[in-house]
Amino acid sequence: MNVLTDNFHTYAEGFLGTLELTVYSSVLALVLGFLMASFRVAPVGSLRIFGTAWVTVLRNTPLTLLFFAVLLGLPRFGLVLPFKVFAVLALGCYTSAFVCEALRSGINTVPRGQGEAARSLGMTFGQTLQLVILPQAFRSVIPPVGSTLIALAKNSAIAGAFSVTELLGTYRTLSELGYNIVWTFVWIAVGYLIITLAISALFHLMERAWGVAR
Amino acid sequence: MSESSALYDIPGPAARRRHTAYGALATAVILALLGWILYLLFDTGQFTYTKWMPFAYQGIQELLLRGLGNTLRAFATAAVLSLALGGLLATGRLSEHRPVRLLATVVVEFFRAMPVLVMIFFVFVALKVHPLPALVAGLTLYNGSVLAEVFRSGVNSVERGQREAAFALGMRKTQVMTYVLVPQAVRAMLPAIISQLVVALKDTSLGYLITYEEFLHAGKLIASNLDYDLPFIPVVMVISPIYIGMCMSLSWFAGWVARRERHSPRSGAAEAAPAEPGTLLP
Amino acid sequence: MIRTTRVPVLRVPVPRASVPGAPVRRVRAALALLAALVTGVGAGFGLVGCGRAGSPPRKGPAADRLPVYQVAQGFRLPASPTWTRAKKRGYFVVGAKEDQPYLGERDPATGVYSGFDIEIARMMSASLGLAPKTIRFRTIASANRETALQNGQIDYYVGTYTINDNRKKLVGFAGPYYLAGQSLLVRRDETDIHGPRDLAGKRVCSAAGSTPYQRIRAEYPKAVLIAYDTYSVCVDNLLTYQVDAVTTDDAILIGYAAKAPGELKVVGRPFSREPYGIGVPRGDTALRFAMDDALEARERNGDWKKAYEATLGLSGVPAPKPPPIDRYPAS
Repeated sequence: MNVLTDNFHTYAEGFLGTLELTVYSSVLALVLGFLMASFRVAPVGSLRIFGTAWVTVLRNTPLTLLFFAVLLGLPRFGLVLPFKVFAVLALGCYTSAFVCEALRSGINTVPRGQGEAARSLGMTFGQTLQLVILPQAFRSVIPPVGSTLIALAKNSAIAGAFSVTELLGTYRTLSELGYNIVWTFVWIAVGYLIITLAISALFHLMERAWGVAR
Repeated sequence: MSESSALYDIPGPAARRRHTAYGALATAVILALLGWILYLLFDTGQFTYTKWMPFAYQGIQELLLRGLGNTLRAFATAAVLSLALGGLLATGRLSEHRPVRLLATVVVEFFRAMPVLVMIFFVFVALKVHPLPALVAGLTLYNGSVLAEVFRSGVNSVERGQREAAFALGMRKTQVMTYVLVPQAVRAMLPAIISQLVVALKDTSLGYLITYEEFLHAGKLIASNLDYDLPFIPVVMVISPIYIGMCMSLSWFAGWVARRERHSPRSGAAEAAPAEPGTLLP
Repeated sequence: MIRTTRVPVLRVPVPRASVPGAPVRRVRAALALLAALVTGVGAGFGLVGCGRAGSPPRKGPAADRLPVYQVAQGFRLPASPTWTRAKKRGYFVVGAKEDQPYLGERDPATGVYSGFDIEIARMMSASLGLAPKTIRFRTIASANRETALQNGQIDYYVGTYTINDNRKKLVGFAGPYYLAGQSLLVRRDETDIHGPRDLAGKRVCSAAGSTPYQRIRAEYPKAVLIAYDTYSVCVDNLLTYQVDAVTTDDAILIGYAAKAPGELKVVGRPFSREPYGIGVPRGDTALRFAMDDALEARERNGDWKKAYEATLGLSGVPAPKPPPIDRYPAS
């Protein structure tokens, strides 16, 4: 039981590390995912192909392999960055493929008639997008994006195994110090539960506020 | 293309010209990007003889194949066990006894909320077992829990009429399940099940982190060798197409099953699940 | 003939998640085909066995021949469960490192382990009555050493395993068989760096999260630290002038120096004490003491020195005096 109280500092450091990784990677994943989704629905063939290739390849790549390639491969290109940045890059790119798919299916759920009606009212492309399509797509996209981000938080554990400071990695320090390993893991599990439950609560709130059923 | 979304109108001649121009520009940018990456690869000497020569040796090839074999072994074991666990947990969740239902729900929700890697490490470090069982146990607990939800939603997606008709014929609950609901549910959920197996296949690479000697581990051994000039990039270039290829063939198979099921009259009573792995969690 | 048409009841058309356009579908099909092809080829070329035999060429000097250790005849140690298990099995399972040249390294092509730690493991097996060539080596990463000893995955562990009090709570240590210490590896033409004090403003490389890394960060904060997952990447960076020094235990650095004796050297006095021990299961005191005896005997009859000279000694660093055995009581 005193595993937590004795090593609160270690746990807090790991917890904040996981949180930091999750937040930064989420931002990257959302931005990249949005970009790729807009590529995939663009009327330009080559962008569509690029988006499709991005999503297909990343979705079928094991995340561990991606970490391996980014953390150990990219430095061979002469690109030397802190491990944390690499980890954010790997996690963000990987998750962006899933975010892209969620966004794209969200856009596809907006009935075609909506766009046609908007255009026949004389709205420009920007107005159609901003006033008609995105608000509707946004609502249906909240739950899938939420679960993707929860998965991201869980996947951040892999970064710990590649020597980035985060929650799972604390077990190594604590087992070196000779603490009871089962309790160590119980508190690690609690830490992850706090993060995943917080994300899920956040998205529940968002869904309550905006996700009106059509 | 515009058939699929509400975003764009059917392009007129001016728009089509504009799109062609954008297309040419985008193609140029993408090609430039690819060219730049290729240049970087050559510039940093990734195609030298020393870096690629190891792959010509039989010992190295065998090392990689042994790794691949270990990956597939872990995958096969984990797949079979998670299907079994999934079935068991789904039965629990659909049970009429409240305690059983509650227990199954808690188990499923807990293991779905935990990172797979934490479970693998827990089994490996705290329960002190060998790497392969630890990997398989972690994968089974996670994927089994997810599959339980897939099975359950499959059973629930079978039209109510089917269940009611079966009960009206005087079948017992077990009979209704085994003869009527489960066959249809499995048929409808097959694509989703296969997609979940793709996740399991991808996650076998986590074995690398607990020194299970799988495919990625073999790659790391070659890549971090100073004698071969540290061929990290060549190793990634050799390994990733094989990994991605395996996962993609499995995803493609899931999609193929889904398309077939959608047109098959036998699965009409339940809506076939979409095979998109995107609907599943990474 | 009457055709029954099924009228689906209550079937709301669910919007499909994606209706890929024709070109997209073609792309996906092409990608899938390509991937399947690559998989086939990848799996195929090994099966055909068109590869060259032997191992890819290696860098650095190699010993003409490794020392031969006399196997103790009729040795018995029934008090040790580990020994009894190994004897029944006919061989020891030994944990080791696989990526440290001249210390514990594994040839990827043949799977053969070699190095000073490996020699220590072999002489221990000989002293305990089992022929060294029967040993089965297992690669165990640093983070999993205690686990592997506790869960019986290995019988003993030889791989730059520093003895300390925290670890003594989890495993037993025979030895030490070598006294290492943190030191610095630099290029042979380097004239500015002679010890950790000269590191201010220099780029220093070490393994992320390792003890040497943390020591530099805490005690010599002016050094610019670079971290990688593996030391071999650090050494490569040193050779290509991207960093100025690599720091970790001198034994590991000597091994790397031996890889490229014309280009690298280990400088300065070690600035920490890292006695390397043989990890054994914690309760197995009998095995621990037997190994202590064996080490002492091997150090006396010159086998220890021969092992050093055939491995780490190839770097040109002469054999040090082996440290005194720490025969701590069972607790």
